[in-house]
Amino acid sequence: MSRNWLTSATTTAATAMTALLIGLGSAQAADGKLVVGFSQIGSESGWRAAETKTAKAEAQKRGIDLKISDAQQKQENQIKAVRSFVAQGVDAIFIAPVVATGWDAVLKEAKEAKIPVVLLDRQIDTKDQSLYMTAVTSDTVHEGRVAGEWLAKQTGGKCAVVELQGTVGSSPAINRKKGFDEVVAKTPGMTIIRTQSGDFTRAKGKEVMESFIKAEDGGKRICAVYAHNDDMAVGAIQAIKEAGLKPGKDILVVSIDGVPDIFKAMAEGEANATVELTPNMAGPAYDALVAFKKDGKAPPKWIKTESALFTPDTAKAEYERRKDAY
Amino acid sequence: MIHRFLPLVVTIAVLVVGFLLCAMQFPNFASLRVVGNLLTDNAFLGITAIGMTFVILSGGIDLSVGAVIGFTTVLLAVLIEQGGWDPPAAFAAALLAAALFGAAMGAIIHVFRMPPFIVTLAGMFVARGMAFVLTTDSLPINHPLYGDLNDVAWRFDGGGKLSLPAMILLSVLALAVVLAHWTRFGANLYALGGNRQSAELMGVPVARTTVAVYTLSGLLAGLAGIVFSLYTGAGYSLAATGVELDTITAVVIGGTQLTGGYGYVLGTFAGVLIQGLIQTYITFDGTLSSWWTKIAIGALLFVFILLQKGLLAAWTGRGGEPAEA
Repeated sequence: MSRNWLTSATTTAATAMTALLIGLGSAQAADGKLVVGFSQIGSESGWRAAETKTAKAEAQKRGIDLKISDAQQKQENQIKAVRSFVAQGVDAIFIAPVVATGWDAVLKEAKEAKIPVVLLDRQIDTKDQSLYMTAVTSDTVHEGRVAGEWLAKQTGGKCAVVELQGTVGSSPAINRKKGFDEVVAKTPGMTIIRTQSGDFTRAKGKEVMESFIKAEDGGKRICAVYAHNDDMAVGAIQAIKEAGLKPGKDILVVSIDGVPDIFKAMAEGEANATVELTPNMAGPAYDALVAFKKDGKAPPKWIKTESALFTPDTAKAEYERRKDAY
Repeated sequence: MIHRFLPLVVTIAVLVVGFLLCAMQFPNFASLRVVGNLLTDNAFLGITAIGMTFVILSGGIDLSVGAVIGFTTVLLAVLIEQGGWDPPAAFAAALLAAALFGAAMGAIIHVFRMPPFIVTLAGMFVARGMAFVLTTDSLPINHPLYGDLNDVAWRFDGGGKLSLPAMILLSVLALAVVLAHWTRFGANLYALGGNRQSAELMGVPVARTTVAVYTLSGLLAGLAGIVFSLYTGAGYSLAATGVELDTITAVVIGGTQLTGGYGYVLGTFAGVLIQGLIQTYITFDGTLSSWWTKIAIGALLFVFILLQKGLLAAWTGRGGEPAEA
């Protein structure tokens, strides 16, 4: 009796396991292809999902076999994934690190196994810069500069700007302000008359913009609003409309990120410009990797992605192109 | 005799069969490196799960362990980086704090006759909250000893190694097996979990055992916190969220009954490795969503609970009792 139980139970469990594994199974990489393991943070935002999607598409374009591991926002999962990639003997490891600290030990293992590591979209805190080959991120100061320069050119250098800052103390908020301020400093007719944090959210962006409009004589003294991200700009557009003004005409709207919604607003004439934070972080990383594998040429330690400016003329096409990626 | 070991045997069989299947699909899987990684990556989970096994054997539950791990990493980072403590002193302080925290919960559970679920749930919020009070940032620990400890390893050919966390895990496992099966404390624990009233009548020191088991769980969670901080080289108040559920899963997959009194530490160890194995498989595959890990573990958990129910029915049907020494 007990022996029967043992046999049947063991078989049941084993069959269940087999079914699971076979059900999940898929083929391994074909020979000769570059194999890249990508430890992604998760899929917490539309931008992050677009980054993953683009990474897949760009890999396919180049005939690279991409293995993606979603860490569900946990660093321990990312470390496990990196270790598994090392054990698997991939040709390179990409990491979009969830936090800046705590990577030394596992990156040392990758280095010992001579597997190059590329950081995507975020930097890490480490004393040993040799632990990674390069980091592909955007230059957030430059993004602010591009937005500022566009506005200066558009208004002939005369403009009273209100600024919606990102989350206080966050590095994109600090840097996007810094870049914009550089332009303001060298453009005598341009001033920032009010600045406050909208916390990178739509709701706060709208709320703060409402108070700006009230404080500036119903918005008559405001020439433009500069938002550190598109979401706050979308909120500000709402506030401008509710105040009876025309966004994009009475008050110019310029922001950063390039999410689909801002392209929609631009196509409708309610926003004037956005600086794209490209979700294509993996593309430049693949190119650097392929070059490195071919002739051993190490790329620069920091590969800056392009901060392209988009305006309403192309907005409709850009919206169509983007809405599926996000 | 054999049916007593049946859940354990099944768990180990699943582990072995699973590993063989993975090895068949991925040639690099069957390497010492993967085995070493499994032990290293799951060390903190394994250490915590061993503590959880004792708690569940005693008929209780400890939901605070994940939060205690998070708190320990933050405490270590603050003491070492901001307080300038030596890491060994900080380790001792962290272990003491975690053990006292566990003891306090055990005492509350016993004295006020409160359900462990509620008390340790409150403990979870308290520990996580305290971690956030200390700091909300991820604090790096740059003490040179951390680098040295991370280099401690027994290296094999082919890149595999038994790291310090893995060694700690295996030592804790060995001690736990001895504690559970060859000591008075272990016997008391099984008796208490099997039936509280008869245990009391038999002269089992219920108060002492209850406090001791939560102290042990807290202590092991603290140790897991130390291992976790070595693992990431940082203190982070959000570290190890949800680990309490992963450990309970490991304990149940390992064949321990949630009602207490029955189960094996070794099964828990196998349960932890099964979870690690599934995760490793999914990373090796590289095309699956990592959420399949949760789905696979959920399915497995379900199968094991059914198995336990089935076994229980079979025993009672024959008039036997799943007695435990």
